[in-house]
Amino acid sequence: MGAIITLSLLGILVLYLGLYKAKSLLLPVTMLGLVVALGFEISAWNKGVSPIYNGMVLFDNFALAFSILCIVITGLILFLSKEYFRAISNNVAEYYCLILFSLTGALMVCSYHNLAMLFIGIEVMSVALYILVGIRKTDFASNEAALKYFLMGAFSTGFLLFGITLLYGATGTFDITGIKNYLIDNPTALSPLFYGGILLLLVGLLFKVGAAPFHFWTPDVYDGAPILITSYMSTVVKVASFAGFIKLFSYVFSPLQDFWTPILLLIIVITLFVGNITALMQSSFKRMLAYSSISHAGYMLFAIISLGANANSSILTYGFAYSLASVAAFAGLILVKRSHGSDQFVAFDGLGKTNPLLALVITVSMLSLAGIPLTAGFIGKFMLFRSAMADYHIILLALAVVNAAIGVYYYLRVVVHMYFYPSITGEDTVAVPTSFNVVLILTLLLTVLIGIYPNCVISLL
Amino acid sequence: MNNLFILLLLPVASAVLLAFAKSSSTAKWIALVLSLVQVALTIPFVCAFVPDASVQFEQSFAWISSLNIHFHIGLDGISFPLVLLTNGLFPLIILSTFSKEIKHSFYALASFMQAGLLLVFMALDAFTFYVGWEAALIPIYFICALWGDGDRIKVNLKFFIYTFFGSLFMLIAILYLGQQTPNKDYEWTSFVALDLSEYAQRWLFWAFFIAFAIKIPIFPFHTWQPDTYTNAPTAGTMLLAGIMLKMGTYGVIRWLIPVVPFGASTYGTVALILCIIGIVYASIIAFKQQNAKRLIAYSSIAHVGLITAGIFAWNQEGLQGAILQMVNHGISVIGLFLVLDIIKSRTGTNTLNELGGLAYNMPVLATLFVIIMMGAVGLPLTNGFIGEFLLLKSLYSINIWYAAFAGLTLIFGAVYMLRLFQKSMLGTVDSSYVKVTDVKGVEVLVLVIICALIIALGIFPNSILKLSEASVTQLVQSVKF
Repeated sequence: MGAIITLSLLGILVLYLGLYKAKSLLLPVTMLGLVVALGFEISAWNKGVSPIYNGMVLFDNFALAFSILCIVITGLILFLSKEYFRAISNNVAEYYCLILFSLTGALMVCSYHNLAMLFIGIEVMSVALYILVGIRKTDFASNEAALKYFLMGAFSTGFLLFGITLLYGATGTFDITGIKNYLIDNPTALSPLFYGGILLLLVGLLFKVGAAPFHFWTPDVYDGAPILITSYMSTVVKVASFAGFIKLFSYVFSPLQDFWTPILLLIIVITLFVGNITALMQSSFKRMLAYSSISHAGYMLFAIISLGANANSSILTYGFAYSLASVAAFAGLILVKRSHGSDQFVAFDGLGKTNPLLALVITVSMLSLAGIPLTAGFIGKFMLFRSAMADYHIILLALAVVNAAIGVYYYLRVVVHMYFYPSITGEDTVAVPTSFNVVLILTLLLTVLIGIYPNCVISLL
Repeated sequence: MNNLFILLLLPVASAVLLAFAKSSSTAKWIALVLSLVQVALTIPFVCAFVPDASVQFEQSFAWISSLNIHFHIGLDGISFPLVLLTNGLFPLIILSTFSKEIKHSFYALASFMQAGLLLVFMALDAFTFYVGWEAALIPIYFICALWGDGDRIKVNLKFFIYTFFGSLFMLIAILYLGQQTPNKDYEWTSFVALDLSEYAQRWLFWAFFIAFAIKIPIFPFHTWQPDTYTNAPTAGTMLLAGIMLKMGTYGVIRWLIPVVPFGASTYGTVALILCIIGIVYASIIAFKQQNAKRLIAYSSIAHVGLITAGIFAWNQEGLQGAILQMVNHGISVIGLFLVLDIIKSRTGTNTLNELGGLAYNMPVLATLFVIIMMGAVGLPLTNGFIGEFLLLKSLYSINIWYAAFAGLTLIFGAVYMLRLFQKSMLGTVDSSYVKVTDVKGVEVLVLVIICALIIALGIFPNSILKLSEASVTQLVQSVKF
């Protein structure tokens, strides 16, 4: 709880700092706050056994691990923000404050123990993002993205809320243990409201994680938003939504697995194919990442259909791998776009010669996203595939494998452009500020570390 | 010094070191010295290796404890010759690049690949095996695409996706097998001990087979190979043909047949026939080639087809011959590619019609080329003879027609190799090649070492056969189909 309070207060503090024009203090204060929040999370490790605050939140290791992941990734993204925000806006404080509020929501989603709390968490997380996506007021794409995101988000929130209401109607409680007990007590004669509730919740959550056929907002929103906000959305928001998703389905709805597994299976297959095949067609790196993030949602759903002992740790590992790789890829994209003014694959031509380190980090992150051994992405994929194999979803795995092979094609495309094509702008190197170098090297090291010694993440849960 | 980790660690350490090397010339020397150190480190293992059926120098520690995955490596009579081949060929491959200006990253990638290859041959845990399998693919992709020529980007993308696709099916098979084991682990011993249903064995056979068949490559999965070999830089082709394709044949011996013997008995004949079709088909195509490098690429398909056919025959001679021939083919093929590279560096072409009469100005090269060619054709007293003899004998013991068709490889091989030699070395001297200079220095050294190995293994094939004999006997007796 300390982390959530810290971050809320920090958000307000940052707003005041902005008001008093203390711009140079913004980043240090924010980072310090994140470190304090991280400290709170780590000190609570292994201590949360029962829900607190009238059963609203539960800080078990599951919640803490995902919260730590969210805070670390946000820290990495904010570290990149120093020059980025200044270049696109005058009111930098708003960015920090909104991202912090959104992060607070993400932490609530990770640690809820009551459906009301889940709803509040998702709203806090999303509302801040609606503004962030549209923060470039004069930019047409940014405005379009914000409007699209807001409308779609409002819809999905409606579904979510309606689902929660139906569940309340059936069980008389918002508490997830209460709902679970209701399921155990009435194994046969469940109210039809309950099934309706599950379906609507499923739709609402699938909207949030961007799974097909509820993905239509993702590419445009990811494309239109400022790159740093996109990287925040596609990593922290997605991972937190998945944490909320898996908690609900593994803890509460697992007795009804026969009911929702077929639906989810179908959704996974559609998501994988839609995400991968459309990503294949893209000529813009940013849009490719947007579509690939859809396919990654598909892979992460594997953990939910096969709720085994390792489901939580596999989704945590995958979330870590995917977030690290995405942050590195988006950081590379920011630098390339800044220097070449384009986010097409062609802009990456010759990067291997001009910026070997940057090219290496992007390559490793692409290999990690593609799931090549010795990177974190492989461990994540292996664990998810393994859990799907535990339920003998062999056909699903065969389809997933076809998709992984498609994925390699478009992930390698940027690698091909970086190393095998001559630079378009001659020998000009892309300027890499120190903060970017730190983040790039950090993501590289963590990706390889988790790839070689995965125990460090897996043994957390 | 008998810790197998050293053999894996040194290439990785060299790769890291070489990645930071300042200039290409220092990188060359560092790579050479480190690869020679690797050879020196291999010697204690040669001395300590006992040629019985046991697994030796085993090392195992928990890698991902909650998933029961172990980093488990060891050597036995089947993997040891291939480890020797890998470590032995590496200094030669590095030496062969000495006359060129190649960036330091090439040596880093090659060293990293060496670690991947060794991991594949040493692995006794399926997860470890898979990691090595993919780890060897990434560097060779970069080597071929960065320093290759022709349509290198497209060709190598096809190569990468083709092989990656194949290995993903193997990953599914490994996951399935791991799920079946009592402890949910991925150890080779627990895979072999499994009592799988016939249905499962059928599809598992294909899941493994496709991965290996693409890598080897076996007809009709070979379409990536000629283009990749032809467009790759010579050192890359050497790595691919000399060592990497042995990953596939080794995989068949170690994983495919022992783990799914019933599947192998059901579809083994199909695989065998595919191999034999590949032998005849590739030989005929090789005969028609104008590009010498492409010719050797197709001849390589024919040779490994014979090796794989011998493995699927699954008897003592077949396996012994296959292991010996894997080593032999590795030595001969890098010799051939080196000769072609030297010819190209002197004349600027590998097209047969444009060459001719080179022996007049390059007598030393011509002599060494003859020896290497004899080895590739399989003449007695060269290395190829015993291997091919054993392989054909094993096929003969199953069905005389298999041996008859597979035996065509000897005749066809002689025809296209002699054609290659005749078109390049003999005939009238083309006016533009009057001034070509003969091989000298490092080139001679490498070629002489290769020729010496070819003759030595031709006279003393037992040095390899003895290593593998006990392991092969045990494997053939314990896995029957």
